[in-house]
Formats: sequence, structure tokens, C-alpha cells
Amino acid sequence: MIKKISKSSAGKRGDNIRSDCYFEIQLKNSGGIKLDLKSKVEVMYGESIKELILEMCKFFNIKNAKIICEDYGALPFVLAARFELAVKRLFPDSKKEFLLPFLKQNEYSTTKDRLRRTRLYLPGNEPKFFINAGLHSPDGIILDLEDSVAPTEKDAAQLLVRNALRSVDFSCLGEAERSRNGVERMVRINQLPKGLDDLKYIVPHNVHVILIPKCESAEQVKAVEKEVEKLKKLHNIKSEIYFMPIIESALGVIKSYEIASASKNICALAIGLEDYTADIGTQRTNEGRESIFARQMLVNAARAAGIQPIDTVFSDVADMEGLRQSVIEAKSLGFEGKGCIHPRQIPVVHQAFAPTTDEIEKAKKIVLAFEEAEKKGLGVVALGSKMIDPPVVKRAIRTIDLAIKNNLLNKNWKEKQ
Amino acid sequence: MKLIKNAAGRLVPTEINGQEQIPFKGVNKHKPTGYKAKPPIRSCVDYPWDGNKLVKDLKTALKKAGIKDGMTISTHHHFRNGDYVTNMLFDIIHEMGIKNIRWFPSASFPVHQHLIKYLEDGTIHHIEGSMNGPLGKFTSEGKMKGTGVLRSHGGRYQAVQDGEVHIDIAVIAAPTADAFGNATGDRGPAACGPLGFALVDSEYADKVIVVTDNLVPFPCYPWMIQGNNVDYVVKIDSIGDPSKIVSGTTEITKSPDRLLIAEYIAQFLDDAGIMKDGFSFQAGAGGTSLAFIPFLKERMKAKNVKARFVRGGSTKYLVELLNEGFTDYILDGQTFDLEGVKSLRENPNHINTSPFTSYNFHGKGNFASIVDAAILGATEVDINFNANVVTHSDGYLLHGIGGWQNCLYSKCTVLAIPSFRDRIPVIVDEVTTLCGPGELIDVIVTERGIAINPKRKDLLTAVKNSSLPIRDIKDIKKEIDSICGGKPAKPKLNKDKVVAIVKWVDGTVLDSVFQVEN
Repeated sequence: MIKKISKSSAGKRGDNIRSDCYFEIQLKNSGGIKLDLKSKVEVMYGESIKELILEMCKFFNIKNAKIICEDYGALPFVLAARFELAVKRLFPDSKKEFLLPFLKQNEYSTTKDRLRRTRLYLPGNEPKFFINAGLHSPDGIILDLEDSVAPTEKDAAQLLVRNALRSVDFSCLGEAERSRNGVERMVRINQLPKGLDDLKYIVPHNVHVILIPKCESAEQVKAVEKEVEKLKKLHNIKSEIYFMPIIESALGVIKSYEIASASKNICALAIGLEDYTADIGTQRTNEGRESIFARQMLVNAARAAGIQPIDTVFSDVADMEGLRQSVIEAKSLGFEGKGCIHPRQIPVVHQAFAPTTDEIEKAKKIVLAFEEAEKKGLGVVALGSKMIDPPVVKRAIRTIDLAIKNNLLNKNWKEKQ
Repeated sequence: MKLIKNAAGRLVPTEINGQEQIPFKGVNKHKPTGYKAKPPIRSCVDYPWDGNKLVKDLKTALKKAGIKDGMTISTHHHFRNGDYVTNMLFDIIHEMGIKNIRWFPSASFPVHQHLIKYLEDGTIHHIEGSMNGPLGKFTSEGKMKGTGVLRSHGGRYQAVQDGEVHIDIAVIAAPTADAFGNATGDRGPAACGPLGFALVDSEYADKVIVVTDNLVPFPCYPWMIQGNNVDYVVKIDSIGDPSKIVSGTTEITKSPDRLLIAEYIAQFLDDAGIMKDGFSFQAGAGGTSLAFIPFLKERMKAKNVKARFVRGGSTKYLVELLNEGFTDYILDGQTFDLEGVKSLRENPNHINTSPFTSYNFHGKGNFASIVDAAILGATEVDINFNANVVTHSDGYLLHGIGGWQNCLYSKCTVLAIPSFRDRIPVIVDEVTTLCGPGELIDVIVTERGIAINPKRKDLLTAVKNSSLPIRDIKDIKKEIDSICGGKPAKPKLNKDKVVAIVKWVDGTVLDSVFQVEN
């Protein structure tokens, strides 16, 4: 390593800090490692924190240094990310990565057409929100490297998000459930070109979906795809990684179909209305009249490309009724999912996207008729006097799936007919 | 100090502060016999015929009460962190040069760290009650002259009745009183709700002093404290800071993880069939145990179910249940917010209770065991469902027992706890301090799942088809150990130095709190 500066710091400090830590490393010419550790969990984990720090010193070949660690109950993946950052700030050209073991239960994959009703945004540099996020059963979590991370902490978030992808179980489910229903692991990278640099921190660590913010052209998606393919090859990654471009500008809306069909690995198209309304020179309202064109355009573009249209976030976390209304509206426009910025929004969104009793009853009849027709080897499905087209069957299957997931229908409903 | 292993397998002293102790024998195994302690005989002819027991100030009252070295002086904690009287009392005692007082509060709060200097200079010998916050830290570091005693609210009543603690002088701060000594807590500038924690003091102490800042003409009614038990009345300018006695509004936690726990509790009570017409429950004022009430109310509304009574610590959330017809009664031992105080004052179905009515071990029956479900907290729970409420995993004493031990007698005791806090596991192999035997703890509700005590086969069966994440407690523990990075190390404790003992509700010694080594 080439020594450039001799002192660096990383992490957070202060009385209100929780589940995080602060490091200061000052390189010396002699004297070995002098560690000054103050930890809220000194009694319980002081020894193991020391061991981890010494292990990392060895890994990064730091032999003589004064190290200050102020720990506010940070979990090991956080301690490691903060320490590595402090090292990285000393040696910006270093390519060494200190990786904690990849959690076995995080080895599941995703599918292109899975349910994406809710995606919970987690600010990429706030570890205290990570560990329990999955308990609130979102369809997906988004580790955000973009707007929720301060420009000076982008490097911090990259390491933290990388470590979280390896060490945090966002699914909190039993094994059987996980493969079918596991929480989808998404990362929102930075706006391009900066976002391309984020990819090496996430692609090797089983990210499922990459959100591309402020997307305005097919080329941007292709640029991400190219870099992802390169990294996949380099790390010998076989599982699919999908893309969700976020449309947040007038130009993006106009180009939405082109974007939606830029790659076969695009699973959904999302809209971000905060930036969009600013871009068209208006204010965002709860009624949303100002964005009706953009939203309909987006639904149309996504459907035309055969992918899922996903709605923006609802920003008032205290207004659950407003959220419910906004989901009902989104559903009526054709959206299939909604961004969430607070865990308490998740059940409300799931409930509002849930099918109605009438929808479920109708779907049951269609699915049964379809299976009956298949059994008899009939090419055409009929319900009463009506012919049923394959997309209708597909929609019915989705309705049933949604009904089961919302506890509105027993998963063995056919046996109980 | 000689330590022996009690029936719970914990090392406890056989004698502290010169008093012999009985080691814990098992739940419901120790039943003292004989006669209760009794206060001295008094005659009304010795008291002012006009009923006016006012004396000039607290110092005069203490002098008249015959204060001297080594006495036991009691106070109550209904003023919580807004209490002015206790600190003032010890300022006076200190000024009078009195030493070696045994302070017998029903609980202490951070405001009482003022007393640390009197613990240091020998004015106070030791505390029997609770040692919260800074007093707990002081005690844990082995700085208190005597050995502390931690008791439950019910256990405090029992200790007085068994003669374990004889109160020489009770100082009862009262938000409203008359010159005869009748006193109430439900009105006045420093209204706090009930005064039940001071009831035993008023009945058994040799001398009783009522201190008020709101003197009303006779009769002060309701007389939560009866003037017939009172020797002297003192009027001062202010007995406490109302904003710290009760909060203007108690707010439910906003933490999504705690709300998830609260939601699980409500669903559990519903799915287990506990929430049915005529049921009862106890809710505290802690974030989570408060938060489950609105969730439960939604379920009660949906199923058209009404409770017969709820027990508080009351807050506006319980008051709402009462006002909206979801319960017939609130049985209230302490009130946490202004709406609770107002309801206690104005609604005849909001009933004032004391540790005697609630859960006195020497009562002829126990209200606490009639309650269908009690929702409580804990600092640690072990894989055998034993729980700790007084120390943290670093060994420091930080909290009192409160009514917690007493409430364990409910038909279904639920501990609402996060499985870990930051990086501190709450579910552990063995609790640092044993406060509640696992056989009385039925359900642990955490954000990562619900563990039911295997002894409660009935509950396990009842929720068999529930969508709740019912898990083995060891399974949850394994998960949090892996999140936290291995099992937590135990604190270094000086096992030769007991700084406080934890009493069980029957007066036996359940566990010891040891000095923390720096």
C-alpha cells in the first residue's frame, strides 16, 4: 500500500447514535497497534470487538497505529464497514475488501414476475434500520445509495450496503418460505455515471434488483447492464439480477417505453414523483392531478414492455388513510406496487392492493375452469358461455396468489371446494 | 457475608444489615404464621380537639415525631421524577445531624440522585425499596454503607406486615389534604392519581406526617389517606413538579419494531381465546405495553367483546377503553397522565387501588391472580423463562421491581421485549439477576417471534392454527446470538460483595445483586 495521509476517521459519534460506531486511525512508524475502545457493550462484546479490529489490522497490513473506536452497539458488519472505510480513506487506491462470511440464508434468488407490492426504502448509511426491516414483511427492501445518503458519505454507504447484503437477513423467514417468498434484495444506485461505480459493491453479494434512478434513456440501462454482466462474469455469478429504472423527469416519462424495453432483465418500471413534479414546474399534491399523465404513461409503457408498473412513495408517514386512498388510486390506474418509507406503511399497502371478495370469487372460478380444461385436454377455457383468454387466467392466478398472501384465502382452497 | 444456594439455585446471604434472611424456597412455599406486625395504640384524646394537626414546618414535625439516628423513614413514589418532598426531607434530616437512616421508599427515581451525598456522608445507611438510575449505579459500585433491599409493591406491604420493616416515621406527600390529615392524590396542583403506595405506611408507622401544598378545609375527600392515622400535617409551597409527576399526554411508541410486538400481543390475546367477553388484563405504561391497547381495542370492537376490568398504571388509552364502553372498570394503582388523573377523580368506575387491594401476599386472596393477562416488560429473559427487571446485562442495577413480581400471578403473563437492544441480547442463557421464576412466565413476545413456556400446553394448543410466528425460545436466542456476533460475555462481578438483595413476594430472598468490578 502507498501511504498518502496518516490520519483518517469514519462512522458516526454522539450521544444519540445507536447501532453504529466511530473510528479514527492514526498511522505511526512504530509502537504496534494501540487501541482505545469505548463501547456501550464493552462488558458483553468488548473482547470480540478487539479481536475483530486486530484481525482487520492484520488483513489491511496495518502494523503501527493509534486506533480510537467509539462503539454505540454496532453489529459486527457495521464495525467492519466503518473500519474498512477509515482504512480506505487512508489508502484510496487499495483494492482490498474485508468480507465477513456470507450468511447462508441469504443465498436465495428472485424471479422476474414475483409480487412487488411494497419495497421498503432503507437509507444506505443508517445501519440501525437494517436489521429488523424484514420483520415487517415487505415484498422487497431497498438499500439506498442515492438521495438518502449525504454526498460526503457515499463511500461509507457503499461498504455498509455491501456488508449488509452479506450479513443481514432481510427475510426473517423459515427456509421453505424463503425460497418462495423471501424479501427481495434491492439496491438503489446513484444517478449515472456515479452509479456505475456502486455496482462492484453489490453485484458480487446477491443483489436481486438494481434500481436505476432518474433514468432518461435506454442507454443508461444498457450501461448498467453491461457493467453488471462484466462483474457477473468476473465473480462467476449465475443468478439473474434484474433492473428497475425509476422515471423521475419529463424526459424520462416521454422515453418510458424505450427504457422499459431496454433489457430483458428489466422487471419493473417505477415512477418517482418528487423529482418529476419539480421537473415539470409544479407542486406535488395528495390528489396527484399534476402527475396523472406521467403515471398513466408509465403504466402504459410498462405494460407494453410486459413488466410491472410501480408507483411512487407516499411521504406522510402519519397519514395512513391518505396512504390507503393513494394505493387504491394506484391500483385503479394499473400499478402493482408502491414504495414505502416507513415499515408501518407496509400492511396498509398490502391490504389496499389486496383483491376484493368479488375479485377472489371470480378468480377461483376461472382457475378451476382452466384446470378442468387442461385436465380434459381442451385448448379453450370456458366459464359458462364465456371464453376465457390466457391473460385472464394469468390475472386470475395472480389474484389468487395475492388473496393467499393477504390471508384472504387458504392456500389449500381447492381442497375445500 | 455467608451465601447459600436457594431453591432457585441462586447464591443469597442469610443475613444482611444485621437482619436474618430466609432464602427463597420455591413459588408459594413460604407461608409465615402467627400475627402481623401492629402499630402502637393511640388515643384521640391526645390529638387536637379541633382537628388541627398543622405544625410550622417539616423540621418541627420530624422533631415532634422523635426523629433519631438509625430510624426507618418512608416515602412514596407517586410523584415519580417530579418529587420535591423526599429531597427536602433528607436536606432537613442532614441539617439536623441525624445519621444512619434506613430510607424505605416505595420506589426511587433519578431525581433522588440528590441523596447520593447523604448516602456518602452516612445520613442514609441504606435503601430498601428500589435503587433506580444513578442510585442503582452508586449501589452497584459498592458505595452504599448497608445492603440494599429490592421489593415488589406487594412485597413492601408484606414486609411491613411481617415486621421485617418497622417504619418509625412515614412522610406522605399529598396533593391535597386537610388539617386533620385526610389526604388525596386526585386533585390539587400536583395531582398524581392514587396514593395507594403510602397506605401501608399510614397504617403501620409509629408516626405519620402528611405534607401538602394544597390545604383544604375539613373534610378532604376522597380520603385516600385517612387523617385518623396521621400525627402531623405540614403545609409547604410546592410538593412537586406537575410536569414530571404526570405527563400531559402519554404517547405510544413510534418504533415500528415495538409496534410490531404490540400488534403480536393483541393478536395473541385474541387467537389464544383470552380476549373474550368479561375478560380482564393489566397494562403498564411502558412503550410497548401501552401500544398494544389500541390494537386490542380494534380487535375487541371487531368481535364485539367487552372487558370486565382492566388494571393500570392508567393512561389515556385505558381511559378511552372505559369511556367508550370497552371495559366496565379500571382498577388503578398509579396514574401516568392528566387524563388518567381526571378520570380517576370524575368517573366512579375508575377505581383507586393500593398494593393491599392489588396483590398483598398476606391478603385473603389475590386480585393479581384473577387477571386474565398481564403485559409486562423485562431487561433479560433466559431460555427457562426466568426474567430480570432490576439489572442490565452489564451487571448494573438500574430499575426497581415495581408491581412486576406481583403481576406474574396473572393467568397469562406476557413479557413484551425486544429480542435484543442494539447489540445487547435480551434473551440469554441465564439472567444476571433473577426477579421472576420462569414457572410464572407464560409467553415472551419479541419482534422476531413469540415463545410460549412449554409448561403452558393449553396456550400452545390454543394458538396452534394462529398465523403468529410461534417459536422455541432457544431458536430465537440462537438467531439473536448469531446477529449479535456470538454469546455475550458475562459482567465481572465481585461475588463476595452483595450490594443488594431481591426479595420474592413472600419475603424470602430470591437473588443477590453483586458489586460490579471496574
